[in-house]
Amino acid sequence: MKWVKLTSFYALVVVIVVIAVFPFYYAVVTSFKSGTALFRISYWPESLNWANYISVLTSRNFPISIWNSVFVATLTVVFALFLAVTASYALSRVQFRGRALILMTILGVSMFPQIAVLAGVFELIRFLGVFNTPWALIISYTIFTLPFTVWVLTTFMRDLPMEIEEAAIVDGASPWVIITQVFLPLMWPALVTTGLLAFIGAWNEFLFALTFTSSETTRTVPVAIALLSGASEQEVPWGNIMAASVIVTVPLIILVLIFQRKIVAGLTAGGVKG
Amino acid sequence: MTTEATNPPHTAARSGMSELKRQRVRAAMWFLVPMLAALAIVAAWPLARTIWFGFTDTTLNNLYGGEFIGFENYLTWRELSSGAIRWRGILADPSWWNAVWNTVYFAVISVFFETVFGMIVALVLNAEFKGRGLVRAAILIPWAIPTIVSARMWGWMLNDQFGILNDIFLNLGLISQKIAWTASADTAMTAILIVDIWKTTPFMALLILAGLQMVPRDIYEASRIDGVHPVKVFFRITLPLIRPAIMVAVIFRTLDALRIFDLVYVLTPNSAATKTMSVIARENLIDFNKFGYGSAQSTLLFLLITAFVALYIWLGRVNLSGETER
Amino acid sequence: MAQLQLKNVRKSYGSVEVIKGVDLDIKSGEFMVFVGPSGCGKSTLLRLISGLEDITSGDLYFDGERVNHLAPSKRGIAMVFQSYALYPHMKVYDNMAFGMKLEKAGKEEIDKRVRAAARLLQIEEYLDRLPKQLSGGQRQRVAIGRAIVRDPRVFLFDEPLSNLDAALRVATRLEIAKLHHSMNNVTMIYVTHDQVEAMTLADRICVLRDGVVMQVGSPAELYEKPNSLFVAGFIGSPKMNFLTGEFAAKYDCHTLGLRAEHILITDDNPAWRGKVVHSENLGSDNFVFLDIGAEEPVIVRREGNAPVAIDSEMGISPDPKWMYRFNEAGKPIES
Repeated sequence: MKWVKLTSFYALVVVIVVIAVFPFYYAVVTSFKSGTALFRISYWPESLNWANYISVLTSRNFPISIWNSVFVATLTVVFALFLAVTASYALSRVQFRGRALILMTILGVSMFPQIAVLAGVFELIRFLGVFNTPWALIISYTIFTLPFTVWVLTTFMRDLPMEIEEAAIVDGASPWVIITQVFLPLMWPALVTTGLLAFIGAWNEFLFALTFTSSETTRTVPVAIALLSGASEQEVPWGNIMAASVIVTVPLIILVLIFQRKIVAGLTAGGVKG
Repeated sequence: MTTEATNPPHTAARSGMSELKRQRVRAAMWFLVPMLAALAIVAAWPLARTIWFGFTDTTLNNLYGGEFIGFENYLTWRELSSGAIRWRGILADPSWWNAVWNTVYFAVISVFFETVFGMIVALVLNAEFKGRGLVRAAILIPWAIPTIVSARMWGWMLNDQFGILNDIFLNLGLISQKIAWTASADTAMTAILIVDIWKTTPFMALLILAGLQMVPRDIYEASRIDGVHPVKVFFRITLPLIRPAIMVAVIFRTLDALRIFDLVYVLTPNSAATKTMSVIARENLIDFNKFGYGSAQSTLLFLLITAFVALYIWLGRVNLSGETER
Repeated sequence: MAQLQLKNVRKSYGSVEVIKGVDLDIKSGEFMVFVGPSGCGKSTLLRLISGLEDITSGDLYFDGERVNHLAPSKRGIAMVFQSYALYPHMKVYDNMAFGMKLEKAGKEEIDKRVRAAARLLQIEEYLDRLPKQLSGGQRQRVAIGRAIVRDPRVFLFDEPLSNLDAALRVATRLEIAKLHHSMNNVTMIYVTHDQVEAMTLADRICVLRDGVVMQVGSPAELYEKPNSLFVAGFIGSPKMNFLTGEFAAKYDCHTLGLRAEHILITDDNPAWRGKVVHSENLGSDNFVFLDIGAEEPVIVRREGNAPVAIDSEMGISPDPKWMYRFNEAGKPIES
């Protein structure tokens, strides 16, 4: 009886792992095939053909897309963290009227459907003259990275010990000094996690990236991969698509696995705590 | 120091705040202003403009040439010479109602299955067994993969001719002939659901797991000593205790599902069977040059989501802010 | 060095008043201890003095200057916290120098003061370490050192010893006492819930209960002349025995208070007789718990360590010089 239970439990575990990993595994397998091998279904890797990778990485635009994505995501995160650190100090450590209202507003903004602001942001970006530049994306990504970072950092800062701040107050530290010289050094783990999650969000974003860029040289990676297609339905370059997918996913997976504990904590912060 | 001390006492008494508190509140305001300004520029103002555009006949080519047309984008009628009344506008547009149906159907089904599967995965991860860390790492992979990438990966697996899924199902005898998953109207929505459930169950599982781990272990031990059946323990003890965690996870997922765009756009382009509200709104805004009309549709989606949040907070009395009453 | 004056100081959180009108003079150079059970408002009172909390109404004077609204850093105070509250990422030296650096003091001046304080507390060898590399006792010394470097008018201690183990607590207590003497008798205010700490350290003790000052006086005064049942019960270890009903009526009072050390064991016409239910042998003394039919057993001190048999009979009489008689309101009856 116990034996049956244990076996079925491990069977379930195996099913979960296989379903979770198989699509990515299959993408990797496919990315190493080319020519007609591509259209023969195989469950196990047969060849190690780098042709697809070489073709993607030497193409005119894909490396530019990678650079665009790195640039946009990095700047978005830096910008959001910069604004969020001071704001979340105010929201977590200072008592003032309207604090709950601001927190609810921020939560509300984080729930906005992106499409609801698409028209307005489109106009704004045209008005600022940044259409089809990375700045259009950096500006528009703030709508989801900023509320998220403020929210997570606020929950984190709320848990920092009160007495350390009070010791700093007695020592004569202003709020700015408390943030920069006392709290920031204690917050690196939280900043890294929050920054990473915001980075992934910006890296994966599609709707704004699709709408606010119009030329191949300004596209980010998701748009580039989505629009990678052949001359006709029959000529979809699946090998190249899979190679490109693997290229942009592997760094993310590595980062996520390195920081997995912190990421889980960051994802659940605020949400489940209350 | 003396200047502070010679402050006339009545001013201090009137403000009722010490120098320290005043300094902190003033600093807090300065810290919040840039963040709030940024949100006003990228969120509040665009939202207001979107709503405004919804009342105009603006086109993409001429953003400032639109004129106010009231509710014409939403609903208007015209009497034909024959005397019959022709309704026009979003609310009389069958493709819009099709999109609404698709969106709601997708949200309900996907969130339901994600919750059930997420629960199962969370329960597995909450058990002590060898290789638990490995399983947790494995389920993080679908979450880490960009939606677009997973759409294309699955698009390949679901390919009608060369897709591995058809091959597996044929070999298992589940289907008798190859299915054009993404192209056929009957199965397109199923394909979208499969990919979304695959990609998002991990997130659900992690949130539920966090809730599970806050349930004290001795509760289980006590009920085991009392000889309560595990299934009963789950429904009578575990489920009520993690209900708040599930509620929060469900609301976040539902909000996400209601605004789905990228998966549909990439996996089943131009399929009426899967077109959601976000997809159709963007189509009108950008592709069809009906900027005002698309804005109105965006506004409706926004209203739907707002109504959902309000309903949820009202029904569930969920304390989302995490602020505790002092 | 500073003289403090509290006049009808009140503090409320919303509609809840936690400090209910405190009048108190703290003399220059005095070691004042706030003591009371948890929730009595002693820590809040300290935080009002520090400026970390706002005074709701009333006045607070430092050397005659009203400081109600002055920022903590400008009051000339230094504070030692229960959790030490050292800056975890700064070395001991920087922890101690942080306040002076913010005041933009000269490097040499900072160095001089930090090293002097470190020498006084014998933590010179730890100056280059991080707080996490120190033991609890060492951390608390650094926290005290950080306070000394600020050269304050008033030292504030918020239960500084409660995170230390028993042995270290006694040692550190001694050091704080020595510090008070060596620092030209700087004014110190010390909060604790431990009446032994209060008795051993204080020049004067302020006993608080529910946000009200019950009694202020030297340790001896509180011990010998408690002005209420509460203070009588709070000061002294073991707790004073309280007898009511006919036991008290015999001595014309509502409650009769007797300290364990003021009860005579005698078989010569004792006031009461009882059965031994328990005894605690401390080596030098033996505390005998005697059931004489009152609500709780009476605790009696017996010198020496001769064992006492449980269930044996014993006769006791109060020492007539040390009887505390209280009326129904809990106030002492003057004899």
